Amino acid sequence: MLRVMSEKELAQKSVEYRKKILKYIYQAKAGHTGGSLSCIDILNVLYNHTMNVGPDSFESRDRDRYIQSKGHTVEALYVVLASRGFFPESDLETLCKYQSHYIGHPTRKVHGVEQNTGALGHGLSLSVGTAIAGKLDKRDYRVFTVLGDGELPEGSNWEAALSASHYKLDNLCAILDKNTLQISGPTSAVCNTDPVDEKFEAFGWAVRHVDGHNIGELVAAFEALPFEKDKPSLIIAHTVKGKGVSYMENQLKWHHGVPDKQQYADAIQELDELEETLA
Amino acid sequence: MQEIVDATIENIAVTQRANLEVFSGTLQHLAQADRDIIVVTSDSRGSGKLVPFGQKFPEQIIEVGIAEQNLVGVAAGLASTGKKVFAVSPACFLTARALEQIKNDVAYSDNPVKLIGISAGVSYGALGSTHHSLHDFAVLRTINNLIVVAPADNFETEQAILLAAETDMPVYIRFGKKQMPLLSDDEKTFEFGKGRIVREGADITIVGTGETVAPALRAAEKLEREHNISAAVVSMHTIKPLDYDLLQNIATSGQPIITVEEHSVYGGLGEACASFLIQHNFHNRFKIMGIPDEYTVTGSQTEIFNHYGISEGGIAAAALGLVG
Repeated sequence: MLRVMSEKELAQKSVEYRKKILKYIYQAKAGHTGGSLSCIDILNVLYNHTMNVGPDSFESRDRDRYIQSKGHTVEALYVVLASRGFFPESDLETLCKYQSHYIGHPTRKVHGVEQNTGALGHGLSLSVGTAIAGKLDKRDYRVFTVLGDGELPEGSNWEAALSASHYKLDNLCAILDKNTLQISGPTSAVCNTDPVDEKFEAFGWAVRHVDGHNIGELVAAFEALPFEKDKPSLIIAHTVKGKGVSYMENQLKWHHGVPDKQQYADAIQELDELEETLA
Repeated sequence: MQEIVDATIENIAVTQRANLEVFSGTLQHLAQADRDIIVVTSDSRGSGKLVPFGQKFPEQIIEVGIAEQNLVGVAAGLASTGKKVFAVSPACFLTARALEQIKNDVAYSDNPVKLIGISAGVSYGALGSTHHSLHDFAVLRTINNLIVVAPADNFETEQAILLAAETDMPVYIRFGKKQMPLLSDDEKTFEFGKGRIVREGADITIVGTGETVAPALRAAEKLEREHNISAAVVSMHTIKPLDYDLLQNIATSGQPIITVEEHSVYGGLGEACASFLIQHNFHNRFKIMGIPDEYTVTGSQTEIFNHYGISEGGIAAAALGLVG
């Protein structure tokens, strides 16, 4: 059973996760650093507070499901799953190595991963299907998916958004990791999707905004689900790409930049100092 | 299950229907007995003959509207929970518009969705190339973890649907909407990956798939009648995994081989067979019949078949060119 963490414990956990994300990306010399750091607080709260799922209940048909639509930030998912005991953390030493199951996008070969993702614009449809099944079977599990703001122009998202409201999927919660940067520039400059709240509301969703790095706000939003009966919920999490490492924050080069030895040391030192303030 | 199979086979013996109708009838039988049978449609319940299904089992049909990518993604999500999901859409849209969802959400993620491509090949005839699926074998053959099936007659269609419902692998099944004759009295054996010999013959083998097996059979009868040539006919209903054992047996006999498919001559049954034969040092005379690489002629399915020689006369003429 999940021991629900306090907000203080969750805040400490987030720092620990950030250090581990950096460690394994540094070791693998590959990974999506900025986006993993922007969505890690969301995953932390989902897996350590909100969702009814763990390694022992993963086969249960009643478990809550998490499907990561922005599959490229898999490092965030891996460190959280390892910490929840889905697999030994030492497995991550093989990240992106020859013949490893721990590839650069979520795969069901890794215990705890619900769906193989990586191509963008797939997670929401998968989540809708999973949520419809829950309604058909009258099971009370919930389905969570994290979307990237850069993937929203994929038309399949909007097809899925229509189905979610058509089927009144109030057991579905999408979290938009709105870090406002994508690989070739600011999301607003590449293909502006704002006002994204109004768009989803027009598609029949109930929408809330949170600071995606504020544990208390995330906890409160998840506890308030569903925001409206018979409507799917969207949490727009305002986040910072590269959050927690000052020289990475809001810097495009850290989309999939890998720190060198000195940069890695600097980042860990900054996070160590933050950790001390939370102790 | 046995009861369902028997009841439907009896119907087939009385009247030959379109494979599409057999599909929808079989699915109703399945759904009656198993509430986990779910159909997902993209405004395709009419063209999929699924209106009665929707009326009888309203909680077992999910409509996503004209949105094929979502169709397949939603189907994969449903299948991940243990549902036995049939995603039904015209083959042309299902296997092109939603190809990435088939590749990733179904095959790669191992969600055992049954992808049903209706009105496949050139079934839509004069509606034109937007509505033709002459690429589906080629693209789906290259995707790991997917069975690709084109049943020829009512028996094969029913068996394919029943087997698909029970298998834990993703399956793609495509068929047309024209009434199909029963090809053989041998209604006992059907399994994915095992071709059916629907006519024995000593001089040449015609390997068809889907709705081309019927003209292949008529061509074989014409060859016997008019030229005293004994032609075998195989229904190679499973494009992948291909029945290499059967192919090897045919090739070992030294007979010429003709393949016939309602598909581009590129990348389908013919090239799959050719690849096997050449890599196993068989040098039988060999011909691939199908739709050539050109803007497809306008016409009904039958007219298009006739235009490209996928007909009694066309296949017989091709056989005469290879024999003797």
